[in-house]
Amino acid sequence: MSLVNFTTREITCKIVYYGPGRSGKTTNLHYIYGRVPDSRRGRMVSLATQTDRTLFFDFLPIDLGQISGFSTRFQLYTVPGQVYYNATRRLVLQGADGVVFVGDSQARQLDENLESLQNLQSNLLEHGVDIRTIPLVLQYNKQDLPRELILSPADLDDALNFRAVPSFAADALHGKGVFETLKGISELVLKKLAAGTAA
Amino acid sequence: MTSALNPKYSFDTFVVGAANRLAVTAGHTVAESPGAAYNPLFIYSGSGLGKTHLLMAVGHAAKKAAPKLNIEFLTLDEYVEAFHASVAAGQGDAFRRRFQNVDVLLVDDVQFLTNRKEMQSELLRLTEALQAAGRQIVLTSDRPPPDIADLDERLISRLSGGLVVDMGTPDYETRVAILRRKAEERGARFEPGVLETVAQAEFGNVRELMGALNRLVAFQAVNDTSINAETVKQILGLTGEGAAAAGAGDGRTSAAKGGGGREGGGGDEFGEFLADVTVTVGKAVEAWRARVGEAVLRWEGEGYRTHRLEALLQRDAPGAVDQAIAAFAEDVERLKELEAEVAELDPQAAGQSVFRDPERLSEAEEAAAKVREGGAPPPGPSAAFPLAAFAVGPSNQVAVSAARAALERPGKKYNPLVLVGKSGLGKTHLLNAVGLELARGKRAVVACLSTQAFIDELIAAIDGNRVDWWQARYRRATALLLDDIQLLSGKERTQEELFNLFNLLQDKDRQLVFTAPAHPNTLSGLEERIVSRLEGGLVAELKEPDRVVKRAVLERLLTQQGANPDAALIDYLADRPTDSVRSLVGLLQRVLSAAAAQDGPLSAGLAREVLEGQAPRDPRRGSGFRTSGLVVSSLGGIKSREKVVWDWVDVADRVIEEFR
Repeated sequence: MSLVNFTTREITCKIVYYGPGRSGKTTNLHYIYGRVPDSRRGRMVSLATQTDRTLFFDFLPIDLGQISGFSTRFQLYTVPGQVYYNATRRLVLQGADGVVFVGDSQARQLDENLESLQNLQSNLLEHGVDIRTIPLVLQYNKQDLPRELILSPADLDDALNFRAVPSFAADALHGKGVFETLKGISELVLKKLAAGTAA
Repeated sequence: MTSALNPKYSFDTFVVGAANRLAVTAGHTVAESPGAAYNPLFIYSGSGLGKTHLLMAVGHAAKKAAPKLNIEFLTLDEYVEAFHASVAAGQGDAFRRRFQNVDVLLVDDVQFLTNRKEMQSELLRLTEALQAAGRQIVLTSDRPPPDIADLDERLISRLSGGLVVDMGTPDYETRVAILRRKAEERGARFEPGVLETVAQAEFGNVRELMGALNRLVAFQAVNDTSINAETVKQILGLTGEGAAAAGAGDGRTSAAKGGGGREGGGGDEFGEFLADVTVTVGKAVEAWRARVGEAVLRWEGEGYRTHRLEALLQRDAPGAVDQAIAAFAEDVERLKELEAEVAELDPQAAGQSVFRDPERLSEAEEAAAKVREGGAPPPGPSAAFPLAAFAVGPSNQVAVSAARAALERPGKKYNPLVLVGKSGLGKTHLLNAVGLELARGKRAVVACLSTQAFIDELIAAIDGNRVDWWQARYRRATALLLDDIQLLSGKERTQEELFNLFNLLQDKDRQLVFTAPAHPNTLSGLEERIVSRLEGGLVAELKEPDRVVKRAVLERLLTQQGANPDAALIDYLADRPTDSVRSLVGLLQRVLSAAAAQDGPLSAGLAREVLEGQAPRDPRRGSGFRTSGLVVSSLGGIKSREKVVWDWVDVADRVIEEFR
């Protein structure tokens, strides 16, 4: 997918929210959806099961309007977290310009986080993308849960963020850290795009 | 079938405010490069907010940018009608072909697609075909594509695929601007505060606003009294709720539009995000674009066409942007130089658009060259009258020394210098001699010509609508010398122009010299203001030539002829009573021609014989002898001998002789 189209003067960023099941990826998107003015957002497509688990993926297009003469659009995707939907995850990941890894801050979910992170790495590799080169940020979600249940952002950084990418503590349900995360990934994506242009 | 574009609806007449800026910008972009930017462009807004106006403006602008473009404007109803008509005629294909050849398709009111399945698929097909061919489509509707009821999902995605922009209700300032412009268009004048009061009232759209304005215009016309801010409210029925709205409105009434008001902090979060992204994009990605954009704004602000820079923005990669900008700036500088140069020569020509378009620099150079050519300095003095050759004697001592004084300090000592004297005393010679001396100065532009030529030039300039150029030409002169100023008599316009020129040049201390047959205040037909100005300098008189002058003249002429300046001959001729140098020259001329006829020597005896006795008639004239500054050609140019001056000059002379 081309990120910047100079002929049609469009910038389209595909950002994928990745992470273990029930870590709050769709919640992130819902919060963003609620904050974007009607005129700016497209229809949020959510394919969910009866129990509101993401079955296929969520898709939220956001139109940022004219930026420096470019009509700029963000496409936010989530992947289904459950292990057995790997084919879907790989598909959604295709052509991503940036990845937000939404981790579950609960201590008992640490292994799932690690497993999902490894899964992300291998799926990216399938598309010929090195996880070290793609814009990536981490979000430690559910920081609103009782202290005893969760790990602190610092602990999570130690455990997960061994590539020292930007990380954000978040409470997606109430919106804390959601836009910070989005800003973080956007910045990385756009900076990479800048580097690409200059080259 | 297709509506014509209403010429009233152009970008020039479109009042741009915050609520529609994006849509207008998009419209401009589309019109400038159809098919390249946002395709399709989908504009939606409530009724009466300017959709149709904007749509037509796009059409006009596109047509202006590329007159060959095939632009079709029609409402959806017209489109449907056309379709039905061609289907009924069994020519559905012709219909398709017709629209597939359109370069810019402007469709108004597409919300009426509701419940028209066949039209939807037709439009979908057309949209696809046009997009594939790189043709531009602009659509308007009163709602965004997804909200048009019963619209094919594929068509929605098509229509949303380009740029979807909305236009909100204009804010207070924009409403005032619209009202002012419309009132001006209608030639209506209102007391201060009236339009502001109207603008404060919350009208749902511009059309209602226009209705209110119309009511005021009508009311004012009928009652023949001007309306004040108070009566406005009564006329428009704004007393109750309207006034309250007016109070509360405070220019922010339209802010509620756009869904931003739904959640307090939420909007901010998105806004912050947007600002953040904008900064990032602006900084990193678009740095070169920003530079180009700045350059475009700067030069556009100065009134230069910036196509070349705008073309840079269309490019995929930055490339040599800085060099391009530098080259552009260089071209603009050159244009400025040319324009300044041309402005001095011909103010009218400097207004040409070529001097504002760096793309047409070569044309500008050509235009400047042309002006330069046409802007040749005004006629200068004749080289045939050097000051050294001017014979000085007591009779013209005053005039000559005045001229010399004027030459020493041009414009400062005697300005103007008016040389008066009868015909043939050398006024023209002295005038030209002064001109020649003045012309020696650095950067001197000496205008030295006869008043008749001056008048003729002005008439030609008026005729050619080039008076500006003519004026500029003389205003550049560092000295103005006019021969025979009495010819201005009755030439009002020339006197007017000369008066202005006179003042201008005198203010700048530039030397003015005139000749006249008599003192200016005795000349008839000259305006008082000219006369008084002529008298304001020095009026120097040349008198009938004395002996010294005559001798000098004769010596010079004889030397010029290669004849021996015989002292007796000179004495004899100098003693002859002559009232002007010119008649003296005439005498000598006759002697010379007689000598030539007899093939004998030039002597006092011969002269006496010619001038007093029976002059031997000579049918042949010496060729091209200079008499009084006029070269009389005798190389077969004159066929009728009766008209040659020489045949009766001696008769006149003899009459004078006999009289004496």
